[in-house]
Amino acid sequence: MNQDVSVIKITDLDFAYQDIPVLQNVNLEIRQGELSSIVGPNGGGKTTLLKLILGLLEPNRGQIEVFGVKPEKARQKIGYMPQHAHLDPLFPVSVLNVVLMGQLGRQNRHLWGGYSRQALQTARQALAEVGLSDMAKNSFQQLSGGQRQRVLIARALCTEPQLLLLDEPTANIDQRSEENLYETLVRLNRRMTILLVSHDLGFVSQVVKSVICVNRQVNIHPTSAIDGTLIKEIYGGDFKLVRHDHRCAKNGHHPHLPSV
Amino acid sequence: MEFFHALVDPDNGFLRLALAVGLFSSITFGIIGTYVVTRRISYLAGAVSHSVLGGIGGALWLQQVFRFTWLDPVYGALFAALLAAFIVGRFGHGSGRREETMIGATWAIGMALGIIFIDLTPGYFDITSYLFGDILLVSGRDLKLIAVLNLVTILFVVSCYHQLLAICFDEEFARLRGLRVDVYYQLLLALTAVAVVLLIRIVGIVMVIAMLTLPAAAAALYTRRLFSMMLLAVFLSALAIVGGLAVSYSAGLSSGPVIILFAGALYFALAGWKKIRYRHP
Repeated sequence: MNQDVSVIKITDLDFAYQDIPVLQNVNLEIRQGELSSIVGPNGGGKTTLLKLILGLLEPNRGQIEVFGVKPEKARQKIGYMPQHAHLDPLFPVSVLNVVLMGQLGRQNRHLWGGYSRQALQTARQALAEVGLSDMAKNSFQQLSGGQRQRVLIARALCTEPQLLLLDEPTANIDQRSEENLYETLVRLNRRMTILLVSHDLGFVSQVVKSVICVNRQVNIHPTSAIDGTLIKEIYGGDFKLVRHDHRCAKNGHHPHLPSV
Repeated sequence: MEFFHALVDPDNGFLRLALAVGLFSSITFGIIGTYVVTRRISYLAGAVSHSVLGGIGGALWLQQVFRFTWLDPVYGALFAALLAAFIVGRFGHGSGRREETMIGATWAIGMALGIIFIDLTPGYFDITSYLFGDILLVSGRDLKLIAVLNLVTILFVVSCYHQLLAICFDEEFARLRGLRVDVYYQLLLALTAVAVVLLIRIVGIVMVIAMLTLPAAAAALYTRRLFSMMLLAVFLSALAIVGGLAVSYSAGLSSGPVIILFAGALYFALAGWKKIRYRHP
């Protein structure tokens, strides 16, 4: 992938919900092949930034270009994984049918709205990618939170995206799944640009090459620069997230993180 | 038992017609109800059904005062239901905080208009059968209309099954995939509106919402696919209607309320059974 090609380009962006400013003067560029994370406190505007990139929200000022066009026009190239908390956990649907939703809006369907063989194959591949091949026939209701999250990643992959947007992929998942997810993302990153939202700095520092700190304003740092001062700057002096993080203990895997 | 003897009595054509209408309408109750429950629009459907009274009142008033004799109340009902469906679909939905107020307002204003129009209309009208339904008053025309409605519903659902599934499951994602979410949503609401108008013959304006939610909600407890939920909901609707009709006939009670009580009892029994079966020890 060509590192010089810009996938997301945001210039001088402001966004407010009614009169409450959420994002101010944001400038950001994501290039092809990047694996970056948006971090920041709750209410800092992380999800809002994702929704602006998807064209679900309109900026009050400034521009967003995704693949060189307006976000609405680039949607077919974007795979999006929302937080699963806003979905109905009792909705009667099979895992495979959730993943297949990624193929909607494409022209390879049968007359009566069924899916083509090719669509089915894409969905099965996406499920294999997140390690849930044997769960295709299961019901979405029966899954754990972490499994649901992976199904939604598979659904995003099933759109055959060039840009993958993930909103809190590490929410509700245990340590082992987190490691799997880490490997999956690194593997996927060989063929697509990935931008994820996370409040989990430990995970982020392990996976991504740069972090985008969103707390009303946006700053970009290389991962190696995540130190005490920076965390203080992002979270306004709240160290809890780091202190609770298993990866940061005793200079373990991350000597560049402060030992606490 | 008495009910089944009465059914085969050649003089009781009206009872066989009522049963046929009831069984036919359970198809629509089950299918539309499944969407009403999974898409969580029962409050919207309630607003649509109650505003139907405004249309009925308006049609009666125009009939009497302006001699629009061709204007059957069912046309007024249809007009009001579609208008209400459009209003609540367009404005009563989305990220706004006042959507519930909008729905509630449509609900109440529709009913108030209905009563005012009936006040203004010379002569006396008994609106009880509109409010609470009377399946024994159905005609052969009702049966045909409900058959057509069933056909339209089934065609719509079969051709758009996956699109509707995606929209009910995660509207935002469906929109991102380029589905015309608002069009599907309005079509679904319009179909719900037409269904409400035809089905108030059976259980009435006030209670039609129960038949659109109770069988589907009960079915949801025991099914893991939208399609099987529809089938079970259709079956449970039919059970409630046949049972309700039989009891109301034998005991000489109003059919609408007895059907609703049957549906309610089914729902609570199935919910309770599930709670006992799957209780953690």
